[in-house]
Amino acid sequence: MVPYLLISSAITAAFPPAYMVLTFHVAMVVGRFEVKSRFKRELLATGDKGGRVVIFQQEIENKNLPQFRSEYNVYSTFQSHEPEFDYLKSLEIEEKINKIRWLPQKNAAQFLLSTNDKTIKLWKISERDKRPEGYNLKEEDGRYKDPNTITSLRVPVLIPMDLMVEASPRRVFANAHTYHINSISVNSDDETYLSADDLRINLWHLEITDRSFNIVDIKPANMEELTEVITAAEFHPHQCNTFVYSSSKGTLRLCDMRASALCDKHSKLFEEPEDPSNRSFFSEIISSISDVKFSHNGRYMMTRDYLSVKIWDLNMENRPVETYQVHEYLRSKLCSLYENDCIFDKFECCWNGNDRISYPRAPPKKTGFDRGQRRDVTLEASRENSKPMQVLKPRKVCAGGKRKKDEISVDSLDFNKKILHTAWHPQDNIIAVATTNNLYIFQDKVN
Amino acid sequence: MIHTMECAADAQSLISISLMKIHNSRTQRGGIKLHKNLLVSYVLRNARQVYVKEKYAEIYRMQQYEEVMTVCNEIQELNPLDLDAEDAGDEEQARAACCGEEASLCGSACHRGAAQPAAHARTASALFGCSPLEDGGKEPDPSYYRSCCMEAAPVPHCDQFPANGSTHCNITTVLDLDTHVVTTVENGYLHQDCCCCDALQCGQGAQSPAKKRKVEFGFCTSDGEEVSDLTSARKRAKREDCSYFHLDYTDTSNISNLISIFGSGFTGLLSRQADLEQICSKQVLASLGAWTRAIVAF
Repeated sequence: MVPYLLISSAITAAFPPAYMVLTFHVAMVVGRFEVKSRFKRELLATGDKGGRVVIFQQEIENKNLPQFRSEYNVYSTFQSHEPEFDYLKSLEIEEKINKIRWLPQKNAAQFLLSTNDKTIKLWKISERDKRPEGYNLKEEDGRYKDPNTITSLRVPVLIPMDLMVEASPRRVFANAHTYHINSISVNSDDETYLSADDLRINLWHLEITDRSFNIVDIKPANMEELTEVITAAEFHPHQCNTFVYSSSKGTLRLCDMRASALCDKHSKLFEEPEDPSNRSFFSEIISSISDVKFSHNGRYMMTRDYLSVKIWDLNMENRPVETYQVHEYLRSKLCSLYENDCIFDKFECCWNGNDRISYPRAPPKKTGFDRGQRRDVTLEASRENSKPMQVLKPRKVCAGGKRKKDEISVDSLDFNKKILHTAWHPQDNIIAVATTNNLYIFQDKVN
Repeated sequence: MIHTMECAADAQSLISISLMKIHNSRTQRGGIKLHKNLLVSYVLRNARQVYVKEKYAEIYRMQQYEEVMTVCNEIQELNPLDLDAEDAGDEEQARAACCGEEASLCGSACHRGAAQPAAHARTASALFGCSPLEDGGKEPDPSYYRSCCMEAAPVPHCDQFPANGSTHCNITTVLDLDTHVVTTVENGYLHQDCCCCDALQCGQGAQSPAKKRKVEFGFCTSDGEEVSDLTSARKRAKREDCSYFHLDYTDTSNISNLISIFGSGFTGLLSRQADLEQICSKQVLASLGAWTRAIVAF
């Protein structure tokens, strides 16, 4: 059985024309992660099902050598969330990390927000490479000296030590969400952030943990009338008053917090009418938006639903400006995907640094689209055929009919191996790709 | 439109798969996931639409249209406000006779009713509109049906699912997460706890399903039995005996529990249907929406 993991990568526009053939170095393979990863300069943070956060850093000594830039090593590991039990509701709260977001760096320490279903935590990650030595009243092991034995005084000095990375929780933002948190997004004002669950969006101040403001509430008065839920939310990258949230019905709502305290009325509604010829049992499922991301310049939004990626212009509400069918060959498989629950997988998408290439996540494959040239290639990532620094060859999936040599038949795809999460380095063409248990980092070949 | 050709058989399996998913979600770690269950309810609704449509098509092929019309016309002449048990019983039987296998859909549809008056009207109209070409909306009278309806004691905030003592009596606790209102329901029949019931109607309500079932089986072919089984599985007001469910469940009492905890469901899901032909299926779907209500409550 052919591994279901495929990676396809964006191409050409980001790279000099000499690299028309897609080649990617497999920089590192690590074990046992479900990744919600975010790049921050050389740091990549990942969160897993067990509530742990692992941060990777590029090797510093290789920074100057382009072809080795993508070597990432473990920088820090800490347990972010523990399983909890809500006694009032008799519900267990999973420790699984749903989202991680870095904060803009202000000093030597790094800050990130990580969230599970109910609680958001702000973590400070700081380095320590010096320690004080030469206390007057304390021995080296910490025991206090008898003052009578001290005959002279000295000034303690800082001596170098092995680098130690400490992660400490600075804030815990709890008890604000009745439903499961699905998104967090840091505002461009560097002071506030939003958290979204199925029916509500709350606005927090990073310094204040006992209060949050509810800015969106779509819970109907009568729950029988519930027809849609919030699936993702994000602040605009430049306008601190603007945010967008996506719904399970495939709509996007852009809201302006200046308009009113409760942003139930959207400023803009982005919706594409459904194509009636594609109607099936699963139309509602595959039209549910699983991720929305603003472009870095703030002019576009990218949304991901099960079978496609759409690019929306903020100035045009009635349809997307671009639509990419991500894995159309799965359309005939929706029934079996429903049975094994794969149809409920929520795929992410991300922009690359220069907004030219959108990089949606796809279940078996990671597809990249060059928005300039509309080419895409499919690659495969698996432990069997991946060694560090190996160059990958592109693969093709054929939906049916005659299968050409080297093509993969859609029936042989293993749906248990899939890529859900991805992150793109803000400046370089390095992508991190997460499967159930593995993290792959790919870099465009540079030489 | 949903491609129904080869999907009718799939609709049935989709329904059972969806029900299993909803059932399993109750015991999942981390609590019920609202989004996933909302999507499952949409699939359930779609599958049910297709299934009901297919069954109707089958039924109309089997029955003479004139015969249906004649009997239905006779029924319409009956005074629906007459709560006399005998008449009601006769009416029930006549209705069952009229619609034949349809009774399994329409008749039991009337037994379900809904928590909202609008749904009651639809129930009544659905009953009279057992011929799809007839506009059942003209003669609604919910009073009789209310006796059989799951008109819960109005509990403003929480999702109350009235239940009755039955042979499969289990206690289910329902909690609305936001208002923290806890309600305890007993699974099983739904009529007896109906606040609109008096003893007479309750007794009648309890009887009529039994009568109904007899009538049904009298009219049932093997397919019809399957229909009644399957559709009854999807209805809120359950027949007395869950053993009639021939669905592929290993634990039918769990399913009956699942079924009975639902109140009237996502009315928003019903809003799309304007097709007269689907008036009866509207009722079917009213109960279908009910399934998901308990999920929403969590």
